[in-house]
Amino acid sequence: MSAPTIEVRIPTILRPFTKGEKVVSVEATNLAELISALDANYTGLGERLLENGELRRFINIYINDEDVRFMGSLTASLKAGDSVTILPAVAGGC
Amino acid sequence: MTLRITSKHVEAILEQSRAEYPDECCGVILGPEGKDLAQILKPMINAAHSPTFYEFDSKDLLSLYRELDDNSQEIVVVYHSHTETEAYPSRTDISYASEPNAHYVLVSTRKEIAPENEFRSYRIIDGVVSEEDVEIVDSL
Repeated sequence: MSAPTIEVRIPTILRPFTKGEKVVSVEATNLAELISALDANYTGLGERLLENGELRRFINIYINDEDVRFMGSLTASLKAGDSVTILPAVAGGC
Repeated sequence: MTLRITSKHVEAILEQSRAEYPDECCGVILGPEGKDLAQILKPMINAAHSPTFYEFDSKDLLSLYRELDDNSQEIVVVYHSHTETEAYPSRTDISYASEPNAHYVLVSTRKEIAPENEFRSYRIIDGVVSEEDVEIVDSL
């Protein structure tokens, strides 16, 4: 069985990687695969999401309405009809 | 570049920064996409509850972006307070800044040095900070 196609919403700051596309589709069965697939299609995007093989601290990724950090991060599984949203954290400090 | 902002919004942000002291306060002002109009003030919860750090709660962040999408709006201003330091973007602020189209507003609640209106605005693009003028108006 082939991997389901997942819609991914791309934030403004990462759209230069997707030629301005707000929503892209890739095939993946879990988040790690999804990020590899994104990086294969949009070179350099993977590095903006991962650091030393882990999700970057200041990037939030959601599967439907759930933050993937509560779903096993990179091992979070994906099924047909899921949608993924990538958002940079809004944060800072003195 | 100049940030045009209503005196009502300036007062509300300064008031929020005093109310949430000693924690940093934060929030956004929303407006229609591509118009650079700071219309709707939306105070956010500082999920870090800290005097030295602020962060939007991850669920609140998702709801905010859903709302923006549904209403064809964008974040025009991202604001937060510094509690004891100058209203100037810190290294942390710069490394996290991820809205190239937004005005980053900083206010300071430091009492001993700050004039009442320490309210400043910046663009932060690819790690480069440029301060801009703030024009305070009665209405936009």
